[in-house]
Amino acid sequence: MTHQLKDGGQVLNVGMLARVEGEGGMHIEIKDRQVVDVKLNIFEPPRFYEGFLRGRKYTEPPDITARICGICPVAYQSASTEAMETICRIETTPEIQLMRRLLYCGEWIESHALHIFMLHAPDFLGYESVLEMAKDYPDVVQMALRLKKAGNDLMELVGGRAIHPVNVKVGGFYRMPTVAELEALRPDLARGVEDSLAAVELVAGFDFPDMEQDYTYVSLRHPDWYPLERGTEIVATSGVRFPVAEIPQHIEEFHVEHSNALHARFDGATYFVGPLARYSLNFDQLTPRCQEAAVKAELGETCRNPFKSIIVRTIELAYAFEEAVRIIDQWRDGHPPSVPVAPRAGEGVGASEAPRGTIWHRYRIDDDGVIQDAQIVPPTSQNQASIEADLRLAAQQWVDLDDHSLTHRCEEAIRNYDPCISCATHFLDLRVVRDGAGKPADAGAGS
Amino acid sequence: MTATAPHGLAEPHGVTEEQAQTHSHAHGEEVPPASARPKLAVWKFASCDGCQLSLLNCEDELLSIAEAVHIAYFPEATRAVVEGPYALSLVEGSITTPDDVRRIHEIRAQSGVLVTIGACATAGGIQALRNWADVDEYRSVVYAHPEYLRTLDTSTPIASHVDVDYELRGCPVDKKQLIEVLAAFLNGRKPRIPTYSVCVECKLKGNVCVPVATGQPCLGPVTQAGCGALCPSYGRGCYGCFGPQDSANTESLTRQLVELGMPADDIVRVYRTFNAGAPAFAAASDAVAADARDRAAQERGPE
Repeated sequence: MTHQLKDGGQVLNVGMLARVEGEGGMHIEIKDRQVVDVKLNIFEPPRFYEGFLRGRKYTEPPDITARICGICPVAYQSASTEAMETICRIETTPEIQLMRRLLYCGEWIESHALHIFMLHAPDFLGYESVLEMAKDYPDVVQMALRLKKAGNDLMELVGGRAIHPVNVKVGGFYRMPTVAELEALRPDLARGVEDSLAAVELVAGFDFPDMEQDYTYVSLRHPDWYPLERGTEIVATSGVRFPVAEIPQHIEEFHVEHSNALHARFDGATYFVGPLARYSLNFDQLTPRCQEAAVKAELGETCRNPFKSIIVRTIELAYAFEEAVRIIDQWRDGHPPSVPVAPRAGEGVGASEAPRGTIWHRYRIDDDGVIQDAQIVPPTSQNQASIEADLRLAAQQWVDLDDHSLTHRCEEAIRNYDPCISCATHFLDLRVVRDGAGKPADAGAGS
Repeated sequence: MTATAPHGLAEPHGVTEEQAQTHSHAHGEEVPPASARPKLAVWKFASCDGCQLSLLNCEDELLSIAEAVHIAYFPEATRAVVEGPYALSLVEGSITTPDDVRRIHEIRAQSGVLVTIGACATAGGIQALRNWADVDEYRSVVYAHPEYLRTLDTSTPIASHVDVDYELRGCPVDKKQLIEVLAAFLNGRKPRIPTYSVCVECKLKGNVCVPVATGQPCLGPVTQAGCGALCPSYGRGCYGCFGPQDSANTESLTRQLVELGMPADDIVRVYRTFNAGAPAFAAASDAVAADARDRAAQERGPE
C-alpha cells in the first residue's frame, strides 16, 4: 500500500507478506532517496511455548514443540530429542540416527519443494501464485507437486503423518518402517533425484538481480555428511567453531519492540543461517552429483547472492533425495526402534538444520524429568537482522523503482529466506515509508 | 520481476495427454471464469500453519480445487487479494490478541460459510494452556520486554466469538476430511465426518489394543476419529489430536488411567495438550486436579 505524504515523501505499506509461513510485514522509510530505517515486523501473536513447557515431562517436547511449525515439525522433534538424550547421557543406535535422517530428508523434500516451486519461483517467472503459474508451466508445476508428494509420502511412512509426525520419541521411534514399506517408496525417490537435478538447471536459468553481502554464515557441521538431523559442531565463515553444547555461550537472544520474535546475535554480531550458509560451509560434504550440478549452475563453492538461494535450495533438494535412496538401500529389518531413556537432572542443547536454517533447543530438567527451563531458537528469528540488512540494501539499490516495483522487490528479498514466522514467534507486517518526517502514515495490522 | 524465458521450461501449451487426463479439462469441459466460481478465503490466527498447509499438501487435488473455487484470499499461497464477500472462509488458529477479536468479526461479516480448521480454531490449541496459567509470568519467561507485547490472557476457539458453520477437528486436520468439507459446502450438503471414537477406527484396522497390551495411556476411547487410529497403529497410545468425541466418557477413562498407576499430575497433562481447551477435556483435567488437591488437603489433616 502506498501513501503520499504532504511533504512529497511516500509511505509504502505491505501489511501482510504473502507466500511466507505465518504473519508479518515490512516497514521501510526513505528520505531524500536514502533508506533511513528498515524493520521486519512480526505480528504473529506469541504462543509462549517456553512458558508452558516448564512443568511438563522431558518426554513431551517432541510432540509439543512440533506444533510450533506445521512446515518443519521434524526440525523441532530432532532438536528436542537430541537435547533430552544429551541431558540424560544416552546414545541411541546408528540405525535410529539413520532413520531420523531419513525422516528429516522427507521434511527437507516437502519444505524445499514447497518453497522453491510454490512460493519462490512465481517471483522469478512473474506470477502471483503457483496456481497461475500452472496455466503456463503445467509440466513444471506437475513435477513440483510430484516432488513434494514424495517428501510427504516419506514423512507419512517414517513419521506416521506428514504434519506433526507421531512416531518420534525421546530415545528413537515407536515403530521402525520395514524394508518392504521403504522399498515401495524408492522408485518415486529415485525419480526425485533426476527431477530435482533437472530442476537445478531450470532455476539456474532464472534472471538474478546482482546483490551480495558479506554475511557471517553459520551452520552445523558433521564430520561424515552434510548436516540435516544433527551435527557435531557449529562452524562460521568467521573461522569460529565450537561444539553444539556451547551454542548458548555464543548466541544471545534479545527483544526489539517491532517484533514478537526475539532477535539474535552470534558472538555479538548479525549472522545468517539457512541453505546459503549450509552450502557455503559444507560444500565438500555434498555428493559428487550435487557438486557437479552446482558447478554447472556456475554457483561456486560459496554463494553470497541471497536471490540465488533458490538454486542452493534445489541442490539441497536433490541431495535429500539422494540421501533418502542411499539410506533405504542400506536399511535392514530387525533393529530396535528405540532405547530406554531414564531422566537425569541436568541441562543440554540439541540442534538440527531445519530447511530454513539451524534450530537449537536448550532444556534444564530435574531428577524426575520435569522441565525447569526451556529455550527454543528457530532459524527465522536468528535471520531477522540479516533479512533487515538485505531489505536495507535492496531498498537502496532499487530506490528509483516505482513504489509498486520496489515493494515487490523488497518482498522478494524477504522470501529469499523462506521465512517461517509461525516458527519465529513461536510472528511478519511489511511497510515502506518514503518521507521526511519519519512517522509511518499507517500503523498497520497488529503492529 | 519477470524473467526472460529460462531454458528448460516447458512450453506453456505443452501439456501431455497423460497430464490432461488427470486434469478436469479431460472431458473437454471449460473451467468457468473466476467470477463464476465461489470465492474461497483462508485466514490465520495463532497457529502453526499446519492446517492450511494441509490444503497445499493435497498434491493430487490442488489444481482441481483451484478450478472448482476461486482462491480469493490465501496469503500463504498467493500475493493476489480479491475483495470479499467470500462464499467459504476457512479459519485456522485461535484468538489470542485484542486485534484478533476485531478481525474475526470482520471475517464473519464477509463470509457466507465459515469453517474452522484444526484444534487451534476449534478448541484454542496448545496455546490454550495459558488459560490455566499466569500469562504475565509466561510473558516474562519468554520475552525481555513484556511491555512490547499485546496479548490476551486466554486462547479461545473461533466459536467463542462468532457463529461458526462447521468445525473440522484435528491437530492437524486430515486432508481427506478437508476435501470432504470443501466438497460438501460447495455442493450445499452436510459434511460426512464420523463423530465416533478412535477406538472404532482402531478395531476396524484390527490393531491390538495399546493400553490393554502395553499399559500405555490411550485417549482413543474419548477422542473423535479422523486420523485412522494413527498412534495405535504405530504402537503408541492416542494423544487426542481430534479432540473429545460426542459424549466422551472421560470419567471412565480417568479411572482406567488411575488403575494403570498414573499419578494425578500425569493424568492432568494427558488431557491438557492440543485440545486442552475443549470443554470435555478441560473438565476432565480440572476434575483430576481438584480431586488431587482434595486428597492432599485430607492427608495434611485439619489446620
